[in-house]
Amino acid sequence: MPVELRKPPLRFGTRLRRLLLGDVGWLGGLAQFAFVALLVWIGHEIVLNAHDNLEAQHISSGLGFLSNSAGFAVNQSLIRYSESDTYLRVFVVGLLNTVLVSVIGIVFATVIGFAVALGRLSSNWLLSRVCAGYVEVIRNLPLLFQILFWYLAVLGALPVPRQSLSILGVGFLNNRGLVIPDPIPQQGWNAFVVAVAAGICAALVMRYYARRRLLAKGEKLTVWPYVLVMLFGLPLLSVVLFGSPLHWDLPHLRGFNFVGGIRVIPEFVALPLALSTYTAAFIAETVRAGILSVHKGQMEAGASLGLSRRQVMRLVVIPQAMRVILPPLTNQYLNLTKNSSLAVAIGYPDLFSVFAGTTLSQTGQAVEIIAITMGVYLALSLLTSAAMSLYASRIERSQRA
Amino acid sequence: MSDGSPAFVRTALVPSRPPPVVTTGLAGFLRTRLFNSPFNIALTILCFVLLGLVITPTVKFMLIDAVWHGSDRTACLESRVGHPVGACWPFIRAKFAQLIYGFYPEDQRWRANLTFALAALLLAPLLVPRIPGKAINAALFFVAFPFVAFFLLHGGGLNGFLFYWLANAAGQAWEPSVVRFWIDFGLTAAVVIAGVAWIFARREGLRPVLLAVVAFVATAAVILSMHLDREGLQPVDTRQWGGLLVTLVVSVTGIVASMPIGIALALGRTSKIPVLKITSVAFIEFWRGVPLITVLFFATYMLPLFLPGDFTIDALVRVLVGTALFAGAYNAEVIRGGLLAVPRGQTEAANALGLSYWKTTGLIMLPQALRHVIPGLVNSFIALFKDTTLVLIVAIFDLLGSLRAAFADPNWATPTTLFTGFAFTGLIYWVGCFGMSRYSLFVERRLNAHRQT
Repeated sequence: MPVELRKPPLRFGTRLRRLLLGDVGWLGGLAQFAFVALLVWIGHEIVLNAHDNLEAQHISSGLGFLSNSAGFAVNQSLIRYSESDTYLRVFVVGLLNTVLVSVIGIVFATVIGFAVALGRLSSNWLLSRVCAGYVEVIRNLPLLFQILFWYLAVLGALPVPRQSLSILGVGFLNNRGLVIPDPIPQQGWNAFVVAVAAGICAALVMRYYARRRLLAKGEKLTVWPYVLVMLFGLPLLSVVLFGSPLHWDLPHLRGFNFVGGIRVIPEFVALPLALSTYTAAFIAETVRAGILSVHKGQMEAGASLGLSRRQVMRLVVIPQAMRVILPPLTNQYLNLTKNSSLAVAIGYPDLFSVFAGTTLSQTGQAVEIIAITMGVYLALSLLTSAAMSLYASRIERSQRA
Repeated sequence: MSDGSPAFVRTALVPSRPPPVVTTGLAGFLRTRLFNSPFNIALTILCFVLLGLVITPTVKFMLIDAVWHGSDRTACLESRVGHPVGACWPFIRAKFAQLIYGFYPEDQRWRANLTFALAALLLAPLLVPRIPGKAINAALFFVAFPFVAFFLLHGGGLNGFLFYWLANAAGQAWEPSVVRFWIDFGLTAAVVIAGVAWIFARREGLRPVLLAVVAFVATAAVILSMHLDREGLQPVDTRQWGGLLVTLVVSVTGIVASMPIGIALALGRTSKIPVLKITSVAFIEFWRGVPLITVLFFATYMLPLFLPGDFTIDALVRVLVGTALFAGAYNAEVIRGGLLAVPRGQTEAANALGLSYWKTTGLIMLPQALRHVIPGLVNSFIALFKDTTLVLIVAIFDLLGSLRAAFADPNWATPTTLFTGFAFTGLIYWVGCFGMSRYSLFVERRLNAHRQT
C-alpha cells in the first residue's frame, strides 16, 4: 500500500521567525523588541532635544544655507571661486582639494612604501636597518605632530623669497611656498597628447601580441625596442612636426617676490609630505608582511623551473603577495584620505577645513554640516570596503577552486 | 696496468687550494651582507651617505651646538653664543611645567604627580606576566583608579552615596551633611553586601561577601583620606588642565572606557539576535568610517544639542566620550577577530556542559579571545595615544597643543626654538609609542611560544 507523500512543511512561518528572531526563541525576541524600543526612545529624545535647543538658539534647520553667499576667500581652489559664491561651491572646492591632496599623498605613499618594504627585505644589512629605522621613527610619532613639524619648523624656517632655495634653477622654495614653472599649452599641445596616447596604445598592443604568441606557440618575440620607439618616437615626431607642446613659464624674482610660474602654498607642500611619509611607513609594513606571507617553497619551485630571481619575484611571488597586500593597502589609502582632514590644523582648505571649520563657525548649522561631512567620508569608506569585500570573496572563490 | 708497472703514485704534494671565502666574523659579514655585488656596494655607500646626512646634524643640533643655560631668548642667539646655535634647551626648562601640567595651579601640582605615580604603581605589575593577582590588579586599575584619579585631579567632594543619587534622580534630595553621608554610605554598603550574599553565598561561600566588605572598607578609607565626605580637594577646572597631563588623561580614559564598549560591540556583532547584530555592525562601521576629527567636532558641537537644554557637560568630557566611542569601535573589530579565532569546539563543549550563553561567553570565550588579541589591542592603544593630539583642534591643550602655545611666547622666539620644542615632545611621544609596540611584540612572542620548536 503506497504511503501518500506528506506535504512539505510550510516554510514561510519558519523563515519569518528566523529572519526576525534568529534562533533565540521568543524570550530573545522580547529582549530584541525592548532593545528596539530603547533605541527609538533615545532617537526620539535626541530629535526633541535638538529641536528645542536649535529653537532656543534661533537657528533654523535645513539645507537652505547652502545657497547663501559664503563671503570668505579660499587660498587654493581647483575651480573658479570668489567670495560671493555660495556655501555649496565652498563644499565642492573643499571636496576637490581633499581629493587632490589624497591622490597626491596616495601616489607618493605607495612609491615610498614599496621602496622601503623592498629595502627592508634586501640582503643588504645596512639598507634593511635604515629602512627599519625609517618605519620605526615615523610610525611612532603622531601624524599631527609630523604635519605641524613640517609646516611650522621646516617650512617656516625657510628663507624669505629674495633668498629662496633654488631647485636646479627652475623651482624655488621659500617661506611663502614653492614656486615652480607654469606649463602653458602651445599649438603643438593637442598633437602631442594624441601622439602620447597613440604611443601607449601601440605599446600595449605589441606587448599583448607578443604575449599571445609566447603562450600559443612558445615563440619569444623581442618587442621592447619597438615599444620604446612608439613611446618616445611618436611624441618626438609630433614635436618636430607641430612645434613644442608646452611653454614653461619660469618664475623669476622681481622686487620682493616671484613673478611667473605657479605658487604652491606651503600648506599644500607640508600636508602631502607628512601624509605620504607617514602612510608610507604603514604601507611598507603591509607590503613586507605580504611578501613574507608567500611560502618559501613557491620561490624554490620557481627557481627549480629555471626562472631567474627577478622572474621568480615578478611571476611567482608578487602576484600571490598582492592578494594579501591589496585589502590592507586600500585600508591605508582610506586612512590617508581620512587623515587629510587634519589639514584644518594648518589651514589647508580641504573639505573639513573650509566646510566643517569656516562654514560651520559662520553659519552655526552644526547638525547639517557635520552630518554632511561625516556622510562624505562615510560614503567613501563604505564604498571602498564594499569593493574590498567583493574582491576578497572573489579571491576566496578562486582559491577554493 | 697489466705490464706489472706499479700504479701511479703521487710523489709531490698537490698545492693546497685557496681556503673558502670567509663568511663568518666581521670580514665575512661585510662581504656577504654589505659588499656582495656592485649594486649592493652602491646601496651601502648611499646608505652611509644618507646616515651621515641625518645623524651628524642631529647630534650636532641636540648636543654639541646646543645651549644649556640661559633665562631668555638672548641666550640662544647666534650673535651671543658665537657659533651656529643648536637646540635651545633653556626654552624647554622654562616651559617644562606648562608642557607637563598646562595651567594646573602650581601649589596643586602634587595631585597630578600623585596620580601619575598611582597609575605607574598599578600599571607596572599589570604588565609583567609573572606577577600574580592579575584579577585584583586589573580591577584596581580599570575600576577603582579612574574614580580616585578623578577626585584627585578634579577635586571636589561627594554629597552622598547611592541613596542620595536615587533621591536626587527622583527630585527628593536632602541637604547634604557629613553624618547623612556616612549613614547613606553604610546603608548602601549593607544593601550591596546583602545582595552579594544573597546571589553568591549559596554556591561560592563567603569569599564574594568578604570581597565586597573589603571593597567598601577600602572605599571608606579613600573617602576619609581625601575628605570626600566634606569639601574634598580644591576643585581645579578642566580648562586649567593641559600638557602631558591631558594627553595621559585622554588616552588612559580612552583605553579604559573603550574596552567595555569594544567587548559589548564585538559580542553584539557576533550575536545571533538580528537586531542586535545589525545595530552593532552599523555602529562599528559608522565610527570606523569617519575621521576622528569629525567625531571630535561631533562631540563638541552636536552632542550639546542632543542633550536637554539645562544639561551642560565639560568640554574635556565631551572629547572623552567621542574618543571612547571611536576607540571602542576599533577595539570591537580587534576583539571580534579574537572571538572568531576561538575554536568552535570550545563553545560546543560549553554547550554540552549545559552552560548558559553568559557563562559560555564570560568563562570560555572571552578569556581565550582577549588573551589572543592583546597585541592587537595594544596596537589600537598606540593609535589612540597618537590620536590624542587631535584634541588640540577643538581647543584643548594637550602636550602638542601646549607646545604650540609655548611657541607663541615672544620671550623665547629664536630660530631654533621650534626645532627644540619638536625634538622634546617628539621624544616623549616616540618613547611612549615605541615602548608600547615593543611590549606588544613581547606579549605576542609569549603567546606564540608553544608554536615555536
